[in-house]
Amino acid sequence: MFVPLLILRNAFRHKLRTTLTIVGIVVAVVAFGLLRTIVDAWYAGANASSSARLITRNAVSLVFPLPLTYAARIRQVPGVASVAWANWFGGVYVSERNFFPQFAISTPTYLDMYPEFLLSPEERKAFLTDRTAALAGRKLAEQYGWKVGDQIPLRGTIFPGTWTFTLRGIYDGADKGTDQSTFFFHFDYLNETMKRQFPRRGDQTGVFVVQLKDPQQAAEVSEAIDATFKNSLAETLSETEKAFQLGFVAMTETILLAIQAVSFVVIVIIMAVMANTMAMTARERYGEYATLKALGFGNGFVAFLIFAESMAIALFGGIIGIALTFPLARAFGDAMGSLFPIFFVGEQTVIMQIVAATVIGVVAAAIPAWRAARVRIVDGLRAVG
Amino acid sequence: MDGVDALGASLVAIRALSKYYTRGDQVIPVLVDINLDVRAGDFVALMGPSGSGKSTLLNLIAGIDKPSSGQLLIAGVDIASLSDADLAAWRAANVGFIFQFYNLMPVLNAFQNIELPLQLTSLSRSERRERVQMALALVGLVDRQDHYPNELSGGQQQRVAIARALITDPTLIVADEPTGDLDRVTAGEILALLDRLNVELGKTIIMVTHDPKAAEKAHRMVHLEKGVLVDS
Repeated sequence: MFVPLLILRNAFRHKLRTTLTIVGIVVAVVAFGLLRTIVDAWYAGANASSSARLITRNAVSLVFPLPLTYAARIRQVPGVASVAWANWFGGVYVSERNFFPQFAISTPTYLDMYPEFLLSPEERKAFLTDRTAALAGRKLAEQYGWKVGDQIPLRGTIFPGTWTFTLRGIYDGADKGTDQSTFFFHFDYLNETMKRQFPRRGDQTGVFVVQLKDPQQAAEVSEAIDATFKNSLAETLSETEKAFQLGFVAMTETILLAIQAVSFVVIVIIMAVMANTMAMTARERYGEYATLKALGFGNGFVAFLIFAESMAIALFGGIIGIALTFPLARAFGDAMGSLFPIFFVGEQTVIMQIVAATVIGVVAAAIPAWRAARVRIVDGLRAVG
Repeated sequence: MDGVDALGASLVAIRALSKYYTRGDQVIPVLVDINLDVRAGDFVALMGPSGSGKSTLLNLIAGIDKPSSGQLLIAGVDIASLSDADLAAWRAANVGFIFQFYNLMPVLNAFQNIELPLQLTSLSRSERRERVQMALALVGLVDRQDHYPNELSGGQQQRVAIARALITDPTLIVADEPTGDLDRVTAGEILALLDRLNVELGKTIIMVTHDPKAAEKAHRMVHLEKGVLVDS
């Protein structure tokens, strides 16, 4: 018990200095954790995507639709298990600030393809039997206080008019990585309305979702689908769902790199502050270290005392920082609404926070410990008095 | 006294000991050709003006510094030839230190400060406790065992330091200006305590002091001037 006692008492000898250092580490670890969580949230869509699904879109751009007739031809491509389709709606709920993703989906094929959206049989049946029905993720429903049976009006920006949907189900995610902020409704409702009002825009969709028989064949099936529509008016580009999602992430890659860089800079800054604190602390105690050495304690023991003190402070700050990251991330995620549909502190982030706190402790102590271990007893004793 | 016999008979045997520092090309002698014997049970006062090398000589005898040349045997061990790790172990077992400014650990109370050197031994917790209680009783600080250094007077702190020096039952106690930071009355008490250690417990003590009154307590005075032993 003697050594831990000595380390702890030394660590809190200068209470204000140690407290300020710990506060600095807490802020750094929290900032690091939140920034990493933001980066994770950016990749959440890609991470949650299935390797057994392909996305087929117009080869020119996602903006251009594909004819619905492609579905039957895609279904005939060897390796394809089933085909669904979805179209981005882009409506406004009450005000432009209330952004959330809305998709018109083929039913029931789309829901069959996404078993991660958990829906009760009653809600599923109610959705499928009502042409104006809609589904909302739990997070989205809670954000706007929606209940099953509510009428939800969306003002179309791509598809003119006010579209009123009846909420028939609220889905949950199979795991915390599942997006629960999306709004789904029947593609047929959209398509029939468009055919009636703007016939040229009917029977078209944004993307096809292709369920593979064997995920290992993703490359071959993608090539086969695209070859099917080669030299047609609307050539296709097929890729795995993950690659499709990463395509969106790539558009903001520079921002992501900047966020990642800042997260590491924060750690480097606190490392320098902590190293300065430990250097000051060790310098003040050269006399004590010399006394310990004179009494027979070795250089290694002195170095260990400094390392252990540094680690105690860094890990103490790190643990508080990690504990605070969770409620702060939750509050941040809530404040961001559906901008970050999946926002949670991942295990990897926590591990990186622990590693960061450990590295802070080790790096901060390295030079002071080395110097204290090397200080000559007679020189150290001169520092007393 | 000369030769192997003399080395064998003395607790401390110093022969042709020199210590010098180099600063660039310049060689600065601190101790020059010192020959000295200290017998077991002696109480020796090392005296001399500032810069005469008395503290350096004490540091060499205590094994916290190494000579540039010469022979330095303590209880038959040539400590100049020991490695740093061996020397640390030797100090832990054979030397008790008393410093001018007490050099107590401020985060440990009196009991824990005295117990500190025992952490390097294989004694059980109860054995350590027993020894510390005895040492506290010897220096008259039983009622102050839970006090931290900043809660003790200078004299009390020096008593704790003396108890710490005694706790491992060392062969040799070295004291560097043990009364230098104390008033006359308290200094007298500390010197009386050192005298008791020497007379009643038979401890060999080598003490550096400027104070002739303090030196009077010693059995023998050794004078140094400009690094040379002038009178012993």
